[in-house]
Amino acid sequence: MASPRWFYQISGRWLPWLSLLTFVSIIIGVIWGLGFAPQDAKQGNSFRIIYIHVPASFLALVGYYIMAISGAIAIIWKIKLADVVMKSAAPIGASLTFIALLTGAVWGKPTWGTYWIWDARITSMLILFFLYLGVIVLQKAYSAQGLSNKAAALLALVGTINIPIIYKSVDWWYTLHQPATIKFTEAPSMHPDMFQPLLIMIIGFYLFYVTALIVSMRAEIIFRERNTSWVKELALNLKDKRPI
Amino acid sequence: MPDPKNILMNQASVKTLSLKDLSFQRNEKFLFSNISLTLESGDILQILGQNGSGKTTLLRLISTALRPYSGEIIWQGKNVNDIRESYLEDVLFLGHQPGLKRLLSAEENLVWWRRLNKTNLSKNVNAFEEVGLYNHKDEPCNYLSVGQLKRAALARLYVSEAKLWILDEPFTSIDKEFSIKLKSLIVSHLKRGGIVVLATHQDLKIENMKYFSISDLSGATSE
Amino acid sequence: MNNIGFLAILRRDLLLAVRYRGDLANPLIFFFIVIALIPLGLTPDSKELSEIAPGMLWITALLASLLSLDGLFKDDFADGTLEQIIILPQPLYFMVLAKTIVHWVVTGLPLSLLAPVLGLMLSLPETGYLPLMLSLLIGTAILSLIGSVGAALTLPLNKEGILLSLIVIPFYMPVLIFGSNMVVLAVDGLSIASPLAIMGALLALSLLISPYVTSCALRLSIYG
Repeated sequence: MASPRWFYQISGRWLPWLSLLTFVSIIIGVIWGLGFAPQDAKQGNSFRIIYIHVPASFLALVGYYIMAISGAIAIIWKIKLADVVMKSAAPIGASLTFIALLTGAVWGKPTWGTYWIWDARITSMLILFFLYLGVIVLQKAYSAQGLSNKAAALLALVGTINIPIIYKSVDWWYTLHQPATIKFTEAPSMHPDMFQPLLIMIIGFYLFYVTALIVSMRAEIIFRERNTSWVKELALNLKDKRPI
Repeated sequence: MPDPKNILMNQASVKTLSLKDLSFQRNEKFLFSNISLTLESGDILQILGQNGSGKTTLLRLISTALRPYSGEIIWQGKNVNDIRESYLEDVLFLGHQPGLKRLLSAEENLVWWRRLNKTNLSKNVNAFEEVGLYNHKDEPCNYLSVGQLKRAALARLYVSEAKLWILDEPFTSIDKEFSIKLKSLIVSHLKRGGIVVLATHQDLKIENMKYFSISDLSGATSE
Repeated sequence: MNNIGFLAILRRDLLLAVRYRGDLANPLIFFFIVIALIPLGLTPDSKELSEIAPGMLWITALLASLLSLDGLFKDDFADGTLEQIIILPQPLYFMVLAKTIVHWVVTGLPLSLLAPVLGLMLSLPETGYLPLMLSLLIGTAILSLIGSVGAALTLPLNKEGILLSLIVIPFYMPVLIFGSNMVVLAVDGLSIASPLAIMGALLALSLLISPYVTSCALRLSIYG
């Protein structure tokens, strides 16, 4: 159980269903959110970017903890599959963080009149992005030398202790330096008509995260186990099936 | 499975080191798996194997620098992870690198090492006379040649109170004369009831030498 | 007792630092040179300089401490003494703590003492001198502790210089925020109690956790 091979086989069966669910929920969420949800009283149509921004920021943070916890499991219990999760989760989380930053900037232009502003939440998100980059860079450096990525797992774990401290200190910093002219209001209490499509988008992003993680893990497993007989067999079968 | 069973006893307080189903993995591959063997006071084990076969790794496992993938190391009937500190007081490990600070003299290095290992500092053995470095013991190690550095590192053998010596390639870069001396030092350690585990390519011709070859096991793949 | 090993490492590393004084001066020279860049790159106007002085002094001190981290375990790793330290019959925690303290003594401490002079050059108001020193004394200690984790994690890599900075800087950010803020508050004539208390808490936390994490990181990174 829980061997990479077992996971590869079982995830192969889940994958079509998961992809379908992801696709359906994101399509529904996008059409509903962009086409049918009511306009925001102050921000007009530009607020609609929250249907991507909020779920992405949400999963960016959750993704860091998923990565760190699986890293801890890989170090402590030496479970190979957890190590694969850790390695695959890093670039996905970093991409989501990047999407959150990018959509935040696009949203900022009509809202604040500028693409970038040193707001507490944006700054925290940026630091989270740096934390991801650190883990990825360390992973790459170790694998380039043929070493395991346990060091990166430990770094991710240290990051989890630090994220609350970093977030709190950025909040503290921001309240001290808060410019009087621009004040970003908290997302106003949302109308249910706006909230329902957001919920669907959040679910859709969760599903997307899991799907992307599984696809990436499968690739990593095949790579790691490339010298085992079951992968070689798999490759041969694939070759036979392919029309020449 | 090579499991040397010929046990030899020549001391009242017999020390025992056993490896039980010891396995180690690197990059998803087993370097070796299920090594089991037992050594007692007076035993010497020579680990054989090609370059990169994992000799150093096995020595590091025994010295607890590395943790095994599975299996355990038993000292005096107890898992070494549970008695780490008292076990390590009985262990002397000399690795590939001499483990000497180049800016300190050979003597400063030795004093530092003795202090850390809680060896009895008042026990006055002139280790540097023994290794032939007496005239150089106050020079910074920077000025020593490779062979002299090795000797300075081996000086620890003369002051150590450890029962278990783990030596990684102790005979490289030392001359023939000192090799003979080192060999007799090892033999006298065994006679005092010590245990020696070493990796070397030399044929030492010590009586009752046990051998363990890692290459026998190479090629074992994961799962 | 644990303090035998702790003191032995402390003594040896201090002795090594004294024997090799060249390295001792490097962070200080770096601190000095970069501070000299600031008026050249921005403005010689003392009023404008005095406004950015706390942040600039702090950022530069942070970088000076960061750049000297590289060698924390590297020499011991290369000559095999680190291997000897790892298998000592004593907890690795104290060995690592001793090495980190020495790092602070040879970088953070002199940087903190030099800081008021450089503050003077950046027209930092005099009321900021003592808080600057105090914040740097505590802050650089935290930086050394956090940095030791990064130094351990990048130990076996060849190109660790820039990599170490990449992975460590995000963790330095809270220290920078509170450290430079302490100076700003003092210059404005306000109480520095709250950032001081937070820095104290951060120091206590990193004293507790960092050497332990560094010990784990050393084992993981050296031997995989």
